[in-house]
Amino acid sequence: MHNRKLVLEDGTTFTGKAFGGGSETEGEVIFNTGMTGYQEILSDPNYFGHIAVMTYPTIGAYGINRDDFEAITPFMNGMIVKELTEAPSNFRSEETLDQFMKEYNIPGISGIDTRMLTRHLRNKGTMRGKIMDVTENDVTFTTEEEMLAAKTSVSKPYIVPGSGLRIVVIDLGMKQSVLHELTNRACDVTVVPYNYKAEEIMRFKPDGVLLSNGPGNPALLTETVETISALLGKVPLFGIGLGHQLFALSCGAKTSRLHVGNYGTSFPVKDLQTDQTWLTTQSRLFYVDESSLAETELDVTFRSINDGTVEGLSHRKFKAISVQFNPEGAPGASETNYLFDTFLTMIDQNRVKNGVEKHA
Amino acid sequence: MEWKSMPKNETIEKILVIGSGPIVIGQAAEFDYSGTQACHSLKEEGYTVILANSNPATIMTDHTVADKVYMEPLTVEFLSKIIRKERPCAILPTLGGQTGLNLAVELDKSGVLEEYNVELLGTSLEAIEKAEDREKFRTLMEELNEPVPPSDIVTTVEGAVAFAETIGYPVIVRPAFTLGGTGGGMCDSKEELEHIVKNGLALSPVHQCLIEKSIAGFKEIEYEVIRDKKDQAIVVCNMENIDPVGVHTGDSIVVAPSMTLSDREYQMLRTVSLKLIRALEIEGGCNVQLALDPHSFDYYIIEVNPRVSRSSALASKATGYPIAKIAAKIAVGLTLDEIKNPITETTYAMFEPALDYVVTKFPRFPFDKFTSGDRTLGTQMKATGEIMAIGRTFEESLLKGIRSLEIGTGDFYLESLEAVETDVLIKRAEKPDDERIFVLAALFRRGMSVEELYNHTKIDRYFLRKIKGIIDFELTLASKRLDAAALAEGKQFGFSDLQLARIWECTEQEVYDARVNENVTPVYKMVDTCAAAHESIAPYFYSTYETENESIATDKEKVLVLGSGPIRIGQGIEFDYATVHSVLAIKEMGYEAIIMNNNPETVSTDFSISDKLYFEPLTLEDVMHVVQLEKPKGVIVQFGGQTAINLAAGLKARGVKILGTSLEAIDRAEDRNKFEQLLEELKLERPNGKAVTMIEEVVPTAEKIGYPVLVRPSYVIGGSQMEIVHNEDELANYMQKVNTINPEKPLLIDQYITGIEVDIDAISDGETTFVPGIMEHIERSGVHSGDSIAVYPPQRLSKDVKQKCLEATDKIAKELGVIGLINIQFIIQNDEVYVIEVNPRASRTIPFLSKITGVTMANIATRCILGEKLSDKGFKTEIYPECDHVYVKLPVFSFEKLRSVDTTLGPEMKSTGEAIGYDKTMEKALYKGLIASGMSVPFDGSVLLTVADKDKEEASYIAARFHELGFRLFATKGTADFLAEKGLPVVAVGKIGSGNETEQNVLSLITNGEVQFVINTLTSGKQPRSDGFRIRREAVEHGIISLTNLDTAEAIVDVIDSTTLGANAMVNKGALHV
Repeated sequence: MHNRKLVLEDGTTFTGKAFGGGSETEGEVIFNTGMTGYQEILSDPNYFGHIAVMTYPTIGAYGINRDDFEAITPFMNGMIVKELTEAPSNFRSEETLDQFMKEYNIPGISGIDTRMLTRHLRNKGTMRGKIMDVTENDVTFTTEEEMLAAKTSVSKPYIVPGSGLRIVVIDLGMKQSVLHELTNRACDVTVVPYNYKAEEIMRFKPDGVLLSNGPGNPALLTETVETISALLGKVPLFGIGLGHQLFALSCGAKTSRLHVGNYGTSFPVKDLQTDQTWLTTQSRLFYVDESSLAETELDVTFRSINDGTVEGLSHRKFKAISVQFNPEGAPGASETNYLFDTFLTMIDQNRVKNGVEKHA
Repeated sequence: MEWKSMPKNETIEKILVIGSGPIVIGQAAEFDYSGTQACHSLKEEGYTVILANSNPATIMTDHTVADKVYMEPLTVEFLSKIIRKERPCAILPTLGGQTGLNLAVELDKSGVLEEYNVELLGTSLEAIEKAEDREKFRTLMEELNEPVPPSDIVTTVEGAVAFAETIGYPVIVRPAFTLGGTGGGMCDSKEELEHIVKNGLALSPVHQCLIEKSIAGFKEIEYEVIRDKKDQAIVVCNMENIDPVGVHTGDSIVVAPSMTLSDREYQMLRTVSLKLIRALEIEGGCNVQLALDPHSFDYYIIEVNPRVSRSSALASKATGYPIAKIAAKIAVGLTLDEIKNPITETTYAMFEPALDYVVTKFPRFPFDKFTSGDRTLGTQMKATGEIMAIGRTFEESLLKGIRSLEIGTGDFYLESLEAVETDVLIKRAEKPDDERIFVLAALFRRGMSVEELYNHTKIDRYFLRKIKGIIDFELTLASKRLDAAALAEGKQFGFSDLQLARIWECTEQEVYDARVNENVTPVYKMVDTCAAAHESIAPYFYSTYETENESIATDKEKVLVLGSGPIRIGQGIEFDYATVHSVLAIKEMGYEAIIMNNNPETVSTDFSISDKLYFEPLTLEDVMHVVQLEKPKGVIVQFGGQTAINLAAGLKARGVKILGTSLEAIDRAEDRNKFEQLLEELKLERPNGKAVTMIEEVVPTAEKIGYPVLVRPSYVIGGSQMEIVHNEDELANYMQKVNTINPEKPLLIDQYITGIEVDIDAISDGETTFVPGIMEHIERSGVHSGDSIAVYPPQRLSKDVKQKCLEATDKIAKELGVIGLINIQFIIQNDEVYVIEVNPRASRTIPFLSKITGVTMANIATRCILGEKLSDKGFKTEIYPECDHVYVKLPVFSFEKLRSVDTTLGPEMKSTGEAIGYDKTMEKALYKGLIASGMSVPFDGSVLLTVADKDKEEASYIAARFHELGFRLFATKGTADFLAEKGLPVVAVGKIGSGNETEQNVLSLITNGEVQFVINTLTSGKQPRSDGFRIRREAVEHGIISLTNLDTAEAIVDVIDSTTLGANAMVNKGALHV
């Protein structure tokens, strides 16, 4: 097995053994503190454009199965681990992590002091990095920020029929588990691309619109922000992750980049309405700047208990809510998936108010 | 520490905390750790803490931990008295193990809680009962729609058999409300079932057993969960047993976090665990044990413990999240989202720790002491202690764990297995015993495949492959002797120097030198609860072979203290007590106190105790690495028991300064010849004796000294393999068991002197020898001091004898140049003082003596070690004035958990813990001590005597006294004849197996519970399957008091005599006629 290195934007280099496929890749180097869930993370579109450092030191123990994907194809750019398990053991395992990453040309490096790397990223902040062969010397980094969600979104709308409420999902890189939460609640789901127009969406006569999770800087998605502004007040909205940030932008708030990205399954957030704190899964590099909320009609509904930052919003006038975290978990706890019920209840109230009759 | 708000319970002010009492198998030091944390945590919140615990060896019973300490027996009677006296507003029972929980239930039933308006904190009685009562638990699971293995509660043997036939064998028997699964077991047949259920019913306080379908082969997974009054709940840690269901989790090798579960499986079981703690409405910690089918998502709930537990102590150390501390705060009304995470101090307790390392726990078994014990593992816990190891890979963690065990190998290899036939090894893999991990290694070495071993063991292939990988890696390294790259690879893989030395057929020193030369040394990583996501302040480290070192040595002057490793018989929590006090003293003196230890159950490995904690194996190489990094002023070894002492020579050889008493002094006390010479020089008496280095010399030496003689190997913990032999035959028997004698390991043969045994602990600075107290043993010499009942102050020693003891102690301490602690054991015969043992280090009696005299011995000793003078502090060479109360220390055994272990007391230590009793008179103190040690002293009933010929005369006096007190006497033929001759009314009963089924014999008396006491003394030799052995075992298994020493028996008669009113006829003085 040949050796590969990870070169960070600041010049720091870590050398280890190559695994997976591909050769070179570049991305935001983030660390994920979850102890399980590498398959979900690998296929979560939020990790598009990312090289993930797994802080749990041994990855691959339960292999790759056919069920736990969050998208049809994996999105992560590259993975850094301390130790790769070559022979997994789990009744659902179909192939090894290494085989899977080879199949999809995703490069990985093992044998790295991932704790050292994590501490470096924690202190210096999330930065870009490149995975390359040890012999390679050309280290130039992309300077232009990419509109990642354009690539993780669907290109054409599609329908997942259901007997319940009609939800249109603006797909910015939706996780399968989000869709699952809706279909579990019998929703009739129409998934549309990120650049679908408000009028086109309203033509479906949705009961509610869900703004999905997705990767990258929300400020680049001006088109989607416009769409959301147009939808606001016309139909109940629920934003998740990137969808939350876009919702905030469309209401006049600002977003900023975190010094260190939040990736993992143990982020405590407080539901300010119930005073209950829940553990959430997060995968994000941006946040809604609370100081920018003053000029908006938005109220904070959830807060991080650790740093007090905004984790959820609701609109004072319109039926619209959003959360920064992943209420569907996957990986991680799905105990905040009550928010999908909140969304559907909000729609119901809206329908009663508007005198709309329920679907059969 | 600041809190955002204080919604804590302001209606209460004084809280009674119940400890877990003496250490027994299934309930060990972990409750000292959790109790100590809880008390500190409550005091931190401003509450007055009253503590009840009868275990004097604990840190929690220190006056600094609670506001008031009652070391009274943990019974309803005594706790009610404490409640009446103290009027606590609330009681916290969830930190004292099963003992604390059971007591809360009983106290409630007795009505005392209601009467005095005492609130129960943490967990409601209803929740306790729902979790503990099998029927209620099953009902709850049904309500929650959570699966439990098919089971039924039975109250009769017949009922058990009938149910087992409906669900099919194998079945598991679990007696209700017993500790660590006492009396339970797996049954493959009707015969086994009948035997185990009968026993289990007797042991269960409610006479119930659960018969359950066996799900052996499932993965056993545990979740440690915590919940607050706002219904916020989290998982602190999950753990996976390497041993599948079938082996008690306390006896299993456990990893944290789980390693073979996908996120979906992890979350499924997490959700279930949180659902349970919410359903039980527990405010605090809870342990949920689950069984997961390795081939599907099917799972069963095995057990829920609504309290902190051994597993929660392990989880606390494994993650850095202090469960007991947080649980105590929750119990008084604080919530997870407002309690700060003490590791980061910037985040909150409401989070789930992220580990970036692998933790392995190994149980430590007592079979080095109980060589004839049944070593197979099942649902009955047998381990006395445990170790934990942290590594960045499973292999590193496992191998560090193995070398932490101190079982005579620092290597993943047991030489003794090499000669064992493969089919025997396969059987041992199928029916696991304490050496199973080595059995697996041996089978892989013999070429067995992962699939084959999987079929034999059902251990997950993940773990089997990893173990095989270790063996395979040994082979790839074999040809690269001392090669630089191979050294680095080997160390990164987790190999110890010893293991590499074996592979390369060189010495440990060569490996060490080679790699120091190549700069192959470890770095240290922090345990920070968050996988480095946040800045942390916890000074809690482990070693690994990677790039970045996080443990930065400060400029302060430092002292390294070595802990005592896993709890085992002969080296218990007492040593942790001394270690902690030494650390505290070092801090007080302004040095940086660094501790190294590997026991997750203890207070010493709480990262808030020392300035820096290295959670590491206690081996030469691991200690050297810390020394090289920290460059301490020196290393203190005298508080860490034999574990630390054994490291002293190696450390010194590598140039490390041993602080306090010198290594030469230790050697002069432990080396038999040097010891003899020492006493001769000092003109002190000792029993005649000799160290024999050749097998041919054994018999002539014994004859020359004259029988009975005391024989034992040198350098042993707790009198391992020490026996009194009365003749050549017995000696021959003994020699068969010992078999290795050589100049490095001589056999010691001593004259056996009958007399009063006395224990002295002293502190010396080389000039002054201060004796805080003398303890006298109730049992005559011959019973290991750890198994004897010790009394303070001595009741039978003259002032003159005490003075002689002091003088001898002073002479020895000065001659050896003791700086720190010294323990000396004397035998007093006819006012003559014989020295039998000198231990220039902390002894088992340090906490007991420190507490009753108020002299914090380990603290003062540490000050001496660091250069302070006793005279400067006002101490003189004297015995500290005695207190006016009487204090007794009683041994506590775990015999009911260890089948096939003989209960006879002798020179080899067998007790696992200790209890204290104190009062104004000796009898009262002893009575309370007996109660505290778990005995209930019956004031009437029957006594069965069956004693050796040499003891008959003496036993007859005891029998006469029992008779006087109204007890009925039974005896076996020989003893009965003797007693009858003495004019005592005695019923002779037949031997084992005599008579038909309806007739009484010695066993039926016991099994039918017709006697309350059995007095049985050992005839001769050690034939473990003798009648005497069966009598003693049956008595233990039926909960009948079994006395194997006449002194103990007499003391108990004294207690009964002084606490009961006998029926005595008026003395007929003849009629006076007018």
